[in-house]
Order: sequence, then C-alpha cells, then structure tokens
Amino acid sequence: MAAHLSSGRVNLTALREAGRRELREFLDKCAGSKAIVWDEYLTGPFGLIAQYSLLKEHEVEKMFTLKPGRLPPADVKNIIFFVRPKLELMDIITDNVLREDRGRSPQRDFHILFVPRRSLLCEQWLKEQGVLGSFIHREQYSLDLIPFDGDLLSMESESAFKECYLESDQTSLYHAAKGLMTLQALYGTIPQIFGKGDCARHVANMMIRMKREFPGSQNSIFPVFDTLLLLDRNVDLLTPLATQLTYEGLIDEIYGIQNTYVKLPPEKFAPKKQGEGGKDLPTEPKKLQLNSAEELYAEIRDKNFNAVGSVLSKKAKIISAAFEERHHAKTVGEIKQFVSQLPHMQAARSSLANHTSIAELIKDITTSEDFFDNLTVEQEFMSGIDTDKVNNYIEDCIAQKHPLIKILRLVCLQSVCNSGLKQKVLDHYKREILQTYGYEHILTLNNLEKAGLLKAQTGGRNNYPTIRKTLRLWMDDVNEQNPNDISYVYSGYAPLSVRLAQLLARPGWRSIEEVLKMLPGPHFEERQQLPTGLQKKRQQGENRVTLVFFLGGVTYAEIAALRFLSQMEDGGTEYIIATTKLINGTTWIKSLMEKLEPAPF
Amino acid sequence: MDCYTANWNPLGEETFYRKLELYSMEWGLREDLRDCVVAAAPYGGPIALLRNSRRDKTPSARPLLEIYSASGLLLASVPWKSGRLVHLGWTAGEDLLCIQEDGTVLVYNLFCEFKRHFSMGNEVLQNHVLEAQVFHTEFGTGVAILTGALRFSLATNIDDLKLRRLPEVPGLQKPPPCWAVLSQDRVTVVLLAVGQELFLLDNTSCSVVSPPGLSPSAGPFLHMAVSFTHRHLALFCDSGTVWMGTASLKEKFCEFNTGIRSPPKQMVWCTRPRSRQRAVVLAWERQLMVVGNSSECIRFVLDEDSHLVPELDGVRILSRSSHEFLHEIPEASQEIFRIASMAPGALLLEAQKEYEKESQKADEYLREIREQQLLPEAVGQCIEAAGYEHEPETQKSLLRAASFGKCFLDRFPPEGFVRMCQDLRVLNAIRDYQIGIPLTFTQYKQLTIEVLLDRLVLRRLYPLAIRICEFLRLPEIQGVSRILAHWACYKVQQKDKSDEEVAQAINQKLGDTAGISYSDIATRAYDCGRAELAIKMQKKPTTNYPNLSVPPNPTVPVPVPVPVPVPVPVYTVVLHLKNELNRGSFFMTLQNQPVALSLYRQFCRHQERETLKDLYNQDDNHQELGNLHVQGGYSQQRIEGRVAALQNALDEFYKAKNDFAAKATEEQIKLLRLQRHLQEELDKPYLDLSLHDTVHTLILDGHHKRAEQLYRDFRIPDKRYWWLKINALATRGDWEEMEKFSKSKKSPIGYLPFVEVAVKHHNRYEAKKYAPRVPPEQRVKAFVLVGDLEQAAEAAIERKNEAEMSLVLARCSAATDGAVAEKLNRARAQLLKK
Repeated sequence: MAAHLSSGRVNLTALREAGRRELREFLDKCAGSKAIVWDEYLTGPFGLIAQYSLLKEHEVEKMFTLKPGRLPPADVKNIIFFVRPKLELMDIITDNVLREDRGRSPQRDFHILFVPRRSLLCEQWLKEQGVLGSFIHREQYSLDLIPFDGDLLSMESESAFKECYLESDQTSLYHAAKGLMTLQALYGTIPQIFGKGDCARHVANMMIRMKREFPGSQNSIFPVFDTLLLLDRNVDLLTPLATQLTYEGLIDEIYGIQNTYVKLPPEKFAPKKQGEGGKDLPTEPKKLQLNSAEELYAEIRDKNFNAVGSVLSKKAKIISAAFEERHHAKTVGEIKQFVSQLPHMQAARSSLANHTSIAELIKDITTSEDFFDNLTVEQEFMSGIDTDKVNNYIEDCIAQKHPLIKILRLVCLQSVCNSGLKQKVLDHYKREILQTYGYEHILTLNNLEKAGLLKAQTGGRNNYPTIRKTLRLWMDDVNEQNPNDISYVYSGYAPLSVRLAQLLARPGWRSIEEVLKMLPGPHFEERQQLPTGLQKKRQQGENRVTLVFFLGGVTYAEIAALRFLSQMEDGGTEYIIATTKLINGTTWIKSLMEKLEPAPF
Repeated sequence: MDCYTANWNPLGEETFYRKLELYSMEWGLREDLRDCVVAAAPYGGPIALLRNSRRDKTPSARPLLEIYSASGLLLASVPWKSGRLVHLGWTAGEDLLCIQEDGTVLVYNLFCEFKRHFSMGNEVLQNHVLEAQVFHTEFGTGVAILTGALRFSLATNIDDLKLRRLPEVPGLQKPPPCWAVLSQDRVTVVLLAVGQELFLLDNTSCSVVSPPGLSPSAGPFLHMAVSFTHRHLALFCDSGTVWMGTASLKEKFCEFNTGIRSPPKQMVWCTRPRSRQRAVVLAWERQLMVVGNSSECIRFVLDEDSHLVPELDGVRILSRSSHEFLHEIPEASQEIFRIASMAPGALLLEAQKEYEKESQKADEYLREIREQQLLPEAVGQCIEAAGYEHEPETQKSLLRAASFGKCFLDRFPPEGFVRMCQDLRVLNAIRDYQIGIPLTFTQYKQLTIEVLLDRLVLRRLYPLAIRICEFLRLPEIQGVSRILAHWACYKVQQKDKSDEEVAQAINQKLGDTAGISYSDIATRAYDCGRAELAIKMQKKPTTNYPNLSVPPNPTVPVPVPVPVPVPVPVYTVVLHLKNELNRGSFFMTLQNQPVALSLYRQFCRHQERETLKDLYNQDDNHQELGNLHVQGGYSQQRIEGRVAALQNALDEFYKAKNDFAAKATEEQIKLLRLQRHLQEELDKPYLDLSLHDTVHTLILDGHHKRAEQLYRDFRIPDKRYWWLKINALATRGDWEEMEKFSKSKKSPIGYLPFVEVAVKHHNRYEAKKYAPRVPPEQRVKAFVLVGDLEQAAEAAIERKNEAEMSLVLARCSAATDGAVAEKLNRARAQLLKK
C-alpha cells in the first residue's frame, strides 16, 4: 500500500505513519459513528496519508463535500469538518451549523479539524457568528510535509509562492519550518544547512530559533540526512517556465498530475475486445495513480520523452517472450512456476498497455508543429539567442490569441533569459497582451513584475550569459537516450536550481561565489551541533543524503534531474526532495494571475 | 572541639537532640507572638504574620499582614482590609492562603500581591468558619474547615478545587477540643476527639476508633499532632499522658507522662526520616519538652513566646528574638563527634587535625583505620556528616578530613565528595540571612534543586538563581534561560518603565539564549495591557505565529509555581491594538513592524478593503492604490462606477509615475465608452470584450469601417490587425472580402497565414489562391498544406533543400503519388552525389 515510500534511501513510511497516528488519535477523540465534511482541496493530500479503509475502521460512515446549505442527512453521532483555516470556508461551516435541525434526535455533535494549523482569526470569526460553542473539539492536524514518493515530500500549498513573494506573508514558510522540525524529530537533526535566497534564510532562522525555543528533549536519533539545502524559487525563475521534456514532466504539462493522480482522455484506454469495437466508449476520464510503486513507471518517468519509446518496445518484447514461455513449460513443476508468475506478468502487461497509450497521446502533441515552434523559441531564449528584441513567434501567437498562459510563459522566459527586457520591448508585449486579452490583465502583469518574472532591464547589464556559461546551463551536445548530464531533462537546458545543488555537493559553492552574488538573496551556511555520540563516521563509499527544499515549488523535470544525480555512480550524494508545491509553468503562472471577473452590466 | 557536644541532649540511650540558632531575628516585633496569627511555610519558607493588635483599641486601625523571610527580613506588608481572618497557611508553591470567617480563601503571593480567591462553599456564609487547617498531601495543598454547624468540609487540592462535605459526627454538641487531617492510602480523612472518644470521618461515614494500648487512666484527649509525613500520630490526654503511634492507629510506639495536665500550646513531631527514635515536641507558655521512647525527657526553658514549625527532619522554633532549629543528631555526626567515639570517621578527623599540627599521631590514627580496612567508610562518614553541619568551619574541617583520607585510597569515586562540596556551597549561599532560606541538607535533597531554583525565582532573586545554575553547570534550558525568561516576564510587568526601555533591557540580556520563547514574554506583556510592548517582543523571527494560528503547546516544561503562559500570536495583538488605538497611531505603530504590517495587510485584503486603501495611502504607495481601484472597479454593478474607479486608478498610476499603466487605463476607459456606444447602436453585447475581441466581432458582423476605425484609434500594430482580420473573415466565410483585403496592400505577415487560415476552415480552394504568393522559403510548406504535392515537390527541388524534399516525400502515398515520389528521390540522390 505504501511500499513505494520505503523504497528510497530514507524510509518515509515513518512520516506517513506519524501522520496516520495523529489522525487516528483525533478520530478516536470523537466517540461513536461519524461523518466527515471535507474541504475539497484537502481530499487529495489526505488520500496520500490515509485511505478510506482507515477512516472506516474508526467509525467514519459518511463523507461529504463542504458546501453551503443544510448538511445531508446521516445517522451519525459526530460531524467533523476537515478544513483549511480560511475565512470563506468558515462562512460555509457557519451556514451548515445554523441550518442543522435542532429538533432531530439524537443530536449530532460538531467538531472541527484545522489543517495544518488552528487559526485564531477563524475561531474569532466563528465566535462572531455565534457558532463557536457548537464545536466540541477544535483541533489542528499538522499536515505539513506529505510523502508523495520514496524521495519526494510536498506541502501542497498552492499559493505559497504568491504569498511569499507578492504579499510578503510568510505563513507558508512558518509551516515549512514546522515541517522540517517534524522531519528532524523523526529522522534526526540535520547537521548542515545551506541555503540561497531570502525565504531560505528566513526558514533557516526559524528552524534554528524553534530548536532553541523548544529543545524539550535532546534529539537522540542518529541523523539520516547529512545536509539540508534550502532554495528559493525566485533564485531560479527560469526553470519552471520552460517546457519539461521528461515523461512525467510532459504528462504534468499536458494533463496535470494532482496528488500523484492524473486524469486522461478515455478514448485510448477503451478495452480492446473483438466484436464490439467502438460501441460504447467510456466517457469518464481515465484516472491513474503514478508513483514508483509501478515498476515500469519508476523506470521511465524521469527519462527524456524521446527515450521512452525504445524502453516501451523493449519491455513489450520481454513481456510477450515471458508469455511465450508457457509453450515451453513441459513438466508440472514448470507450469506451476509459470502460473505463479502470472499475476506479476499480467500486472506488467497492463502497466505497459497504459503507458503505451499515454506515450501515444503525448506523442500526438509533441510532434505537432505548434509544440515544435514553441520549443524552438524557448530553446533559443535559453541558449541566449535574440533575447533582446520582440520575438515574431510570440507576436504571432498573440495575434492568433493563443492561450494567455502560454504567452505569459514565453514572455517571462524571455525576460528572465535577458535579465529583464528593454523598456520598449516590455511595453510592446504588455500592450499587445492587454489589447488582445483584456485590460483586466494589467493586475496579472503587475503581479508578474512584482515577482520578478517580468521586468525592465535596469542598469543595462545582462547577467544571464555569465550565469549560463559559469553554471553550464546550456549544453549543445545533449544525449537524450543515455544522458551524462542533467541537461537532458530539458533537451539542452540544465535546470539552474539543480545545478546549484550539484555544485554544492562538488566542488562546493566557494567556486561560484561570483555567480551566487548575481542571483537574488543571500547564500549562507549553518551548522546544527550534534551530540558527540551521534556524529557520523562515514563508511567508505557511503553516499551522503541531502534534502533539497524548494521554497515556492518544484517541477517534475527538476526532480528527475536530482534523481539522475542520485543515481550517478560517482555522484556521492543522494537527494530527497521537499517542496511547498509541485508545479509546472502553467500552474505556477496561474497561481500568480489575478482573477478578475467583471460583474455583468 | 571539646564543647562541640555541649548542646547535645540525650534522649534514651542512643539519640541526642540539639537546638541551634539559625538566625537572630531582627523583625522588631512590638507585640508578642501570641497576639498574632502566625504561619511559616515548611522547607525554610517565609513567615506570614497578621498583627492582631488587640491592645489597640481604636477600631479604625487596620491589622497589618506582613511577610518575613525566615531570617526576619520584611518582604512585604499590606494592611488587612478583608473580613475576619481565621487561619493563615502556605501552599506547596509558597502562596499564602488566608482563610476568612465567611469561608473565602484569599491567595497572595510572597510579596503580598493578591492572586485570586475561592470559596469553601455557600453553607459557610451563614455558619462561619470556626477553625481551619492547611495540609499538604501528594495531591497538593489542601484546606479543611470546621463550620459553625459543626460540620467538616475539605478540599484536597486548592488548584483543582473540589469541595467535600464530610458526614455529620453523631452527638457533637460543641467544637471538638482537637482534630487533624490524615492522609492514608491516598484518602484524606479527618480525625477528631470528643471527650474520650476518637472519631474518623471519611467521605461517607463516621467511625469510632481507639488508639491501641492507651492506658485506661489517660482521660479525654486534648491535643493531637500528625507528623510531617502523615505517618505518625501523637495524642495528648487530660492526665498529661502523651500517646505516640502510627497514624493508622494500628501500632503504638510508646507512652509518656509529662506530669503537666494543661494542654500544650503546640505539639509537633520532631523526627528524622529513617530514625529509630520518634519524638514529639510540646510547647507550653514557658516550657519546651521533647518526649520519646524513654523514661526521661528533655526540657528547655522558653524565654519568650515561641512558635513551632514542623519540618521534615526537625522543628523550627520562632520567637521574637531568635529562630532556632531543634533536631535529632544524625547518625554520621554522632559517630564522629560523640565523646570518645572510635568510629572510623572520628579517627580520620583526629588524624587530619594531628597532620595539620605536624604530629606523628596522624600516622597512628590513620594506621588504626587502615588496619581495620575502614578508610572508605571513614571518608564516607566525614562527607556525610559535613552535610548536616550548619557552621561552614565545621563543614570545612570535615571535608578537609575526607579529602585527607581520600589521598590514601585508590580509586575512591570522587563524585560524592564533589557533589557535597557543591551542595554545601549552594546551601550556605541560601542560608545567608539576606536570602534567609534555612534549608537542611535532608530538606534540600527532598526539595530538589529545580524547586529550589523556582523558589529563588519566586523571591525574584534572579542573579543568585543564575549564579547557582552556572555553578552547578545545569543545562541552559533547565537553568539559566528558564530563569531569564521568568525575569523577562517580571520585567514587562514593571509599569514604571517605558516600553522601549523594557524591550531593550530584555533584548540585551536575553539575546539569543536558547530555550526562551519570546512569545511567552509577549503574552505576559499583553496580559498587563502592554500590547505595543508585546509587538516589540515578537519582532524576533519565529516567535510570531504568522498564520493567525494557535501554536501547539510548548514542549518545555514550565516550573509548577509559575503558570504556563499561552503565546499570543501577533494577530491577537494587532487586532487588539486596532480596537484600542486611533487609526493614525495604530498605523504609525504598524509602520515599524514589518511582520505585523504584512499580516495586517493580508487580513485587510480579505476583510477590510477600505482599510487597505488607507494603509497604502499612508505609505504613498500609489501603484498598489491604483491596483486596488482597478480591482474595485470590477465589482461595480454599473459601467459608470467602473469608469469612475478606473479614473481613480488612472490618477494613482500617474502619481506612481507608471506611465504605461496610466496610458493603458486611459485606453481602457476609452474602449469602455466606445463599447457602450456600440452596444446601444448595434444592440449586441460589446462591453467587456477585449479590444481584440471587439474588433473581431465587428468584422464578423461585417462592420468593416468601424473595425478600421478602432484599428487606427487604438494604434493596433499592422501585423496583429492583419492576423485578426483574416481570422475573422475566414470564420465569417467572407472569402471575397479576404481576397480584397490581401490585395489592399503588401501583407505585413506574408501570405502563408492566408493559406493556413483557409486550410483551417477547410477551404482548400481559397487556400490555393494564396500559395503562389508565399515567398520561396515557405512555399513548400504552403503547397503541402493545400495538398498540392506536385508543386511542393517542384518548389523543393528548385530550392535544392533536402529536408524539404523529405517532408514532401513523407506525405506521398505510393498509390497515388508514385510519380512525384520518384522525381523527388531522383533529385535527392542527385543532391547527395554532389
């Protein structure tokens, strides 16, 4: 069920277990049968911690989605609201509670579980509405870091980047620091902390302070992590803007992966039975879970998409060869052995069928002319070609009113790759966008400028070429099939963030001081003292474990690049990745857009 | 040294008692102690005194409640303004309980500061409290009262008040001469005497009990005493007999006839833990008597009125001029100091003294001990005995002897010696009369260092507490930083200091000391109504709990005597301030607190948009103000409202020197007006379409002139206009107009888009018209698009471009385009040859 979490170097099942324990304890506090009313956003993340079966064991009989109006009838003793501390949600809850039929018997008890923190403001709000007293238990469930895979943790906090960089609201950083404290409580104090960026500095400060303030019990767990690297997303604004070219990255770019699940158009997945071809095509989108528990997916997820086809065809041959075996099985023993392998083989075959279908779907898109043109422009920008003038392709796309997010991604990419655009160029783009898509987007543009994604060049110096050359961000001779460098994930561009992690491990940041100074925010190093008994004596050939925390989001391609570094034979470092949110350029830009819906006149 | 045992008084064969002076009291009492209600806290605690100046006949004069340290220094005093006081007592946490006649119990701290009050039940209001006792059990501090209705009520723990009314005692006509609270097997009961009978009152019943082996001639009970540990009980009878036994009344230790028939003023136990002798001290007006399991007793004459304070290992005797301690000599001291003792410790002490005199006798003594192989015991005895001595000189000589003896031992573990030296240093420091905590070694060990530190903190002796922590090298969390945190909490309550001063003093002293939660301190400040100071305190990074959240309980254990503060998040303070201060000064306060400010902004964004405007106004943040107006405009129901809001935004953008935004907004207003005009005229929704969509719709509807007008008015770039127009025309299917348009002038976007757009709308016929006009480098693509492979092939061959040839080839199907494919293949082969 959660085997994929323990497959990596660090056994993340412990974290999941801790989460489950806390949940069970809360559920048991409310004795008797219960119904859960969900803040819909939370169902995904919770699914990664506990399935319905766990809830059922603790007498959860019904589940509803939080919406205004009267609560659906359910013959249960307790109604529990699982919500984020947001005032909008409090209004809905108030409505639910006020409409509850007081006359019904037996009365239902109300409880509220805030995820991840109780909020004074929310409780105050409920109090003003006169319903605070209706809740018997008001607790918090500190779901900070959720294990997504054997080497991946996410806080799934959608608006973290926006809050930190646009609204200077550091709540999510506080949660990140809390999450790191929990992690350290389970996996030992992390002796070394490196970081780059203002938010990173802030999180490190909070961690150190929290350690001082609540040292309660001296942590006596042998440290699993050697190093923590905190990276601000705004140190590397470029990477998420580019189109990811790994298998998993493309699935995310095209269909969007949410809490490890993806929804795909059903046509390709129609059961192929002879005779009734095409009669009743399924209309529900096909929902698949994607994680390393699936052997085939674990193998291909991080490959460049161009290398996926050959793997799939090789697999197909192996599997059909395996099925052929049965003809050679002569003795009863051989047949028995074959039969015992059958379930595994069948699973492998259906997994192969699924991924072949997905690959076909993606291929249709990647071979389209538009995808190709878009990619060409991106790559031109990243390799530093013609970044300082108005780009024809972008102009044409605007003129044809291509999706706004695509345009914004390209314009921002150009701006970042040129350390800001010339005022004239910038104004031209902005004007084109406003005239084509509507003037209300002036706020979105303003947000992008505040976040530094879009800016006018000041001082006239373009640092990007220096950064690109020093950090070797553009590799011309990229090998997509058998990569020798992380640049394969973007077919040429090596993600800056991952390059920083790589250079930190070897030869250390001292070698790139100059470039670090060009990137925004301070870089720093902190050490957390360990009791002498816990200091590690490294065995020969034993890899170091580094936790890389992306504050403001990380893309699947960056994860793939870090996994690639973990697997390098002479790498010497294994990476575990944590982030505030798994993002791609589209979801990221979307989170920064101001949604203005004009009232109809 | 000869006189060392001079103050030893034997009781029976084995045991000796001594009375030594702790302090000479300088409290300058004018009255006799008998005129006061006195209560002294155990473990060398403070003394509370209510001067009940009976002689003062003026009714207006209020009695004075005073609290002294054990050495007689006045800690605080306050005139007693409440009702008649029945009893004074101390809690385990050194709070003073004042039990009033009406059943109200007032709780004060060491400094006579009122903390809280609680009541012993409504029933008492009418009946009054006749007598009361404060007692200590494993549950905490309890209070028992006897009411005017001759009923007992008690609460076993005043911090978790649960009143229990005990059942009636049958036949009780007048208050019993004596009663006591016993704690047996975690049950608290009351034992009372009525004449010659003893009653045991528990929760539900009242039973008669009798002490075993009491001589029949003893007569009615007049007084009783329970030992410090609740294990022993002593009864004083009318005949002058004292009966001593276990509190369970199952076993008798001994009986002694004092020969004095009047009841003693006080009777308390005076026993060391684990001692064989169990003795009771009785005090009459001018006489003190120690009785135990012996036919003899020890008598002392009392010069003054005295008050006995039972302790774990002895009795403290308070009087107007002195403060004495009466206790049994511990075994180790006895062994060493008893006259003519040959115990190893005694010999070692002698040996060391001779050694100092440079006499060879030292060797003789030492040899004697070593021959019996008793040197380790000797050292041990000396160390132990040092602990029981009050005089530093004696302590030193014993420790010196121990250290001397240690030299002749291999591998004698040093910890005991070191620990004793440290403990004595601490004890001597706190026994100093200025501190005035006369703890004995036994009491100190029972109390533990943590509690001792808390008591120092309670007495606000922060520097001494810190010095002790440093001296004992306690971990910072338990020691120094905890004390500093308490200090800071105290500091913020000093209202005479300005916020700035306090904040600075605290920041300076605390710095980055580990384990201090600034938010606890901030809470304290907030509780004292110093919200601004609270904000100042929370400036430290993590102590603010940004998301308006209630943080989990701090895991640091906070010492019992000081209540655990709940951290106040910045939000509470901010919202509080908002209600308290006027706007201007509230904003000014926020200006200097970036964290609080950004949180408040966040709050306003959700709750109070208008306030947000004011905030930005104060900052002169015109850009944000402009944005706010834009946002506001979109929630307007009427177009005039939107235009007005945009006009405001426009002004702000100009002020912000954001010319681009200003121009764009101007354009937007222009567009909106135009759209309204169009909407009225053409009766079709135009409002809120983008400029692009407006033009598009106009063309779709065939209003080419108007579209043209917009194109010029809004200076739409040519390229975009052309794209826009051909797309719209194709959607409309107006191919004629499109052709006309294509010929109107040279296309700024070339002619490939014409082909593409036509193909997209499935009109290959139209598309073919434009293909030849496409420039050579795009021509192949154009022909492929329209499906004319032959032409495409020709174009490719003409351009001698291999990639293009392959592109065309890929489109060729063997069945229909055989000829074309052949031609291409040939051309390609030729090309490759070169």
